[in-house]
Amino acid sequence: MLPQAWLTVSLLFLLFRLVPGDPAALIAGPGGTQAQIDRLRAELGLDAPLWAQYLGFLRDLARGDLGPSLSFGRPVAAVVASRVGPTLALMAASIGLTVVVAVPAGILAAVRPLGPASQGVMAATILLLSVPNFLVGLLLMDLFVVRLGWLPAAGTGGLVFLIMPTLAVAARLVALVSRTTRASVVEILGEDYMRTARAKGLGAAARLLRHALRPALVPIVTMIGLQAGYLLGGSVVIETLFAYQGLGQAMINAVSMRDYFLVQGIALAYVVGFLLLNLAVDLSYALVDPRIRYT
Amino acid sequence: MPSSIPVSATRRRARRLLATPGVLAGAVLIAAILLVAAMAPWIVRRDPLEQDLAEFVQPPSAARWFGTDELGRDVWSRVLTAARADITLVALGIAVAAALALPLGLVAGYARGALDRAVTALSDAVLTFPSLVLAVVLVSLFGAGLGGVVAAVGLTTAPALFRLIRGLVLQTAALDFVDAARALGAGHAAILARHVVPAILGRVIVYTTLLGSHALLTVTALGFLGLGIQPPAPEWGNMLANARTYLGSAPWLTVFPALAIVAFVLGLNLVGEALRDLLDPKLLWRP
Repeated sequence: MLPQAWLTVSLLFLLFRLVPGDPAALIAGPGGTQAQIDRLRAELGLDAPLWAQYLGFLRDLARGDLGPSLSFGRPVAAVVASRVGPTLALMAASIGLTVVVAVPAGILAAVRPLGPASQGVMAATILLLSVPNFLVGLLLMDLFVVRLGWLPAAGTGGLVFLIMPTLAVAARLVALVSRTTRASVVEILGEDYMRTARAKGLGAAARLLRHALRPALVPIVTMIGLQAGYLLGGSVVIETLFAYQGLGQAMINAVSMRDYFLVQGIALAYVVGFLLLNLAVDLSYALVDPRIRYT
Repeated sequence: MPSSIPVSATRRRARRLLATPGVLAGAVLIAAILLVAAMAPWIVRRDPLEQDLAEFVQPPSAARWFGTDELGRDVWSRVLTAARADITLVALGIAVAAALALPLGLVAGYARGALDRAVTALSDAVLTFPSLVLAVVLVSLFGAGLGGVVAAVGLTTAPALFRLIRGLVLQTAALDFVDAARALGAGHAAILARHVVPAILGRVIVYTTLLGSHALLTVTALGFLGLGIQPPAPEWGNMLANARTYLGSAPWLTVFPALAIVAFVLGLNLVGEALRDLLDPKLLWRP
């Protein structure tokens, strides 16, 4: 994971330096004079050779220094620290909701794979997979804010503000995990040990929960890991839509303010989040499947 | 391997898979959208940018099929013109991805060794960025608009395509007919161009097309965030962003661009599912 992180960080550095013009020109904007650009370049250390900038970048990174945020007037690291909480809450709520909704739906669909409940779940999921998350968000807004007036349109703070963003981010994951659960439970229900469990007189609920669900968890966890990028990326759009003060919303603001150090710092935070989420998925395999051991 | 299966059995299977109602519906959806987008300049009823302040925010009617927006612009004309913009962006983005992934995938999968490891590591590094985060970073560097969106779609799609092509090349290069070509004295370039590429091209084209739904979601999400095609030029994502303000008072502003996106992605998903089954070598053996 560490070499991976180093490669990604270097890629990010290169992206921001290989851009046509350079960050100083981008920060100064189209109206910037050459004198302004030169001054910025000297201030930000962009007049040094590339390798020196790269070493400086790595050294600052090791110290936790991500540069100054020009629009917030604070260090980027401080901005990231203040914004990471809401985004983490959104991610955790989305994964939690997915597990609570999708796993029962998938099991329900697996019990009679050709029955009406199963076909309903399959049709609903393929439709859900075709609706982009921001559209889900707009529809939720229409329902809960405009028509019913139950929820505040936008903001951050209590759990009320988390409801619509969570539903919008989780919709696609719910669909995917329902399908994965259905497919793996259908397969497991055909195994010999399921017939044995039935022969020894176990009830349907016990058979499903104790014998079928456990092995089905491995592909479910895998699917959540595969969608980690989608989940994190989804937060960018959905936070912006609901003016939810997390990392994603700060990133879009930073882009429009041409606050490049902040864009870079938040991108870095997302990459770290992605790597940690995948690490968590790898570790949870050991919990889910006792045959897997990490030594 | 597929090549060892009698052609008729594969064909029969393909015909059966592709004749399901879902696949037909998907194909009809995609064909209809492509057709309408291609003919947009001739079937729009007005200039998509033409404002008519006497007729602003009108609901759908016989004269204005999809209604009008807050500036009196014709939504039917805008949705159709946006179809052209979105499909063009998706196609260009995927072309960029293919232009990156095809040569790199061919060389990495065929040469293997250090070169393969280096390119694969680079591709994996790109994949550690959540794709929309990378797209936003690229747009912030290249600037909002056509160039930024195409770069974002291309670079976020390329790693998946690279992995696929590299895997197919690895598989194919180990087959007997490639050894035979080598034994006959064919050079590396000739083996790649005349034996490997023709063997994998069909699958690569199908998968590349399937990436279209992911690409469309990126394009429209960037448009929705105000980082894509800039208003007043219509694009489904920026139309939806604009419709947000009129969600309660003028739902038709949301409904029609939304339906267009859903229809296109649903069509690709329906067809894609069957094609994926068809191309899965494990499933080919099923009676």
